[in-house]
Amino acid sequence: MAPALVIAAHGSHLNAESSTPTYTHADTIRATGAFAEVRESFWKEEPSFREALRTVDADEVYLVPLFISEGYFTEQVIPREFRLEDWEPDLWDSDGTSATHATLTAEDTGQTVHYCGPAGTHDAMSDVIVQRAESVTGDPGVGEGFGLAVVGHGTERNENSAKAIEYHAGRIRERGRFDEVQALFMDEDPEVDNVTEYFGSDDIVVVPLFVADGFHTQEDIPEDMGLTDDYRLGYDVPTTVDGHDIWYAGAVGTEPLMADVVLERAADAGADVAAAIEQVRERTSGANPAAGD
Amino acid sequence: MHGDHVDALVTTAPDGIAFDDLAVEREGDRYAFETPEEAHGSLSEEDLRAVAADSAYVRNWYFWHADAPQKADRWAFLRWLEDAEETPLETRLEGLADGIVSEWGQLQVTATVGDGGERRYHVRHVDDTRKAADALTGHEDPRAARDIAKHDDRGRYRPLKSAPTLRTGWRFGGLAATELVETVETFYPAAVTNWHREREGELDVTHWHETVERQTGIYGVVKTWDRGEGYEHVNWVAEACCADSQCLKRREWQYDDETPLDVDGGDGTFPCREPCSVVVAAARQWTKLESEDEQTYEFELTPSEKEQLEGIVDAVADGRAADIREADIYEGANRYRARFLRAKRFDEDGNLSGVPTDRDDE
Repeated sequence: MAPALVIAAHGSHLNAESSTPTYTHADTIRATGAFAEVRESFWKEEPSFREALRTVDADEVYLVPLFISEGYFTEQVIPREFRLEDWEPDLWDSDGTSATHATLTAEDTGQTVHYCGPAGTHDAMSDVIVQRAESVTGDPGVGEGFGLAVVGHGTERNENSAKAIEYHAGRIRERGRFDEVQALFMDEDPEVDNVTEYFGSDDIVVVPLFVADGFHTQEDIPEDMGLTDDYRLGYDVPTTVDGHDIWYAGAVGTEPLMADVVLERAADAGADVAAAIEQVRERTSGANPAAGD
Repeated sequence: MHGDHVDALVTTAPDGIAFDDLAVEREGDRYAFETPEEAHGSLSEEDLRAVAADSAYVRNWYFWHADAPQKADRWAFLRWLEDAEETPLETRLEGLADGIVSEWGQLQVTATVGDGGERRYHVRHVDDTRKAADALTGHEDPRAARDIAKHDDRGRYRPLKSAPTLRTGWRFGGLAATELVETVETFYPAAVTNWHREREGELDVTHWHETVERQTGIYGVVKTWDRGEGYEHVNWVAEACCADSQCLKRREWQYDDETPLDVDGGDGTFPCREPCSVVVAAARQWTKLESEDEQTYEFELTPSEKEQLEGIVDAVADGRAADIREADIYEGANRYRARFLRAKRFDEDGNLSGVPTDRDDE
């Protein structure tokens, strides 16, 4: 029997749109026919992490966390809730951004689960960030004369959270496409509040490394950066702040190309999805964002 | 598709078939074929084909083995929809001609049969039973259920799929078996599989204590509220969250393996096998609130005002507050009544009867 793909995402008790990108990317992957089944599962919605595997027919499952960084959710919550026998973070042998996969057995269903590293730390995520910059500026060649800010939550509790942001900022910086690239944070230095202080460029694209648009990406960050005094009043793209044009992109996870990253994770774990990857890359390059925000 | 059922029967016949009042047996290089309506012996393959071609019993067998999802739980659910284990096929086919109706949570599912024996399913809200089909918005793609299930009739987000607040006004028509199952599983995720596990005696229930024990991060605090034998608070949680008025799943989890809760688990068709994320998140908040010490306050209230406060709590707890009519000032939770009480009894800081919440402020 062909294997299944299960995507594990956070979801929300309060925000109806939190799960939208997960469903959209799952639909994109479903349309490729690469997996016998594609199942969404959530920490805060249904099907829950605890029950997702039993709704899947296949004996072999690729489990991809739609999370930004390695840490509490990928190392503790997901393996525990999916009942992945004998899991320990060492199986990923990761420095915080280098997890690939580990193959385990689900205790309650007996299924073989290829537990993949989170979508957010995959190398292909750098491409999604760049594509997000293209989407928000409407310019497929955006780069020259532009600064790029990759924004993360940042937290003292999980150093990997910042690592993922810095990792992609570093990779994109090395490509030399943008005049400047900075990793900025909400809760630690360097802070996104002072975004214009970190750039000499007149134009700055700001891409938050979040899976879904919600409180942080729609309310906190636009207000912190001075795009608006009250998020409910909205803001322009771009908005001029301190003489710089800020092109605010919203959550990177709503970019259609994100479906490719999920597939790349499964491919790295051994799934036969090369054709699907090609199809998804073709279909999602330059497409519109996945969530109506 | 035409004739597929005959080819399939001929391929399978050598192994023998006994299903839904159809029996086919091999006799040397010939076959016996029997249904309640006809019996033939010593059939050549060609004879078998001729007999099978027009048999509703063969078409039925083919549906259940080629069209219907083969995963045991989904298959059992489809059989349950037409009471297949208890009702002879002949009676079922008569029923399916008009439609056999079942309820699954707030879904009304009607099973029908086509000329080829294939089932077609129709789904709508149980409250829309009597509405004309064209009064409801029609859907064909099971994924449309995702959007329907997201908000209630008032447009509010439904984080709990099994809350009895499913939106009305829609219907799915003519769904094939796999599409029906996908639709039902989208409205009520994991309900079919857990229902089936329960019927098979294999439902893996994770009780409150075990669920709380594995919590970490911000939910780890719930453990401090778990007082071994003193499980009264868990009864309150279950009474608050797990009643039929709040969730259509039937709560099967207890305090632990040996300690049942006092409150009823509800009458839902499908079981709840462990405290859900809504319950755990709510319990976390109650854990924090319940760490406060009780204090004695003195309030001056008329008897009617005391009853009014009780009426307000009841109305909010039962979700009736928004239904109380604008001018129904006989209801304690009426907005004008509540505003009058606030005007009379609250001080400028919002304290009831001018009594500060923190006793140190007095």
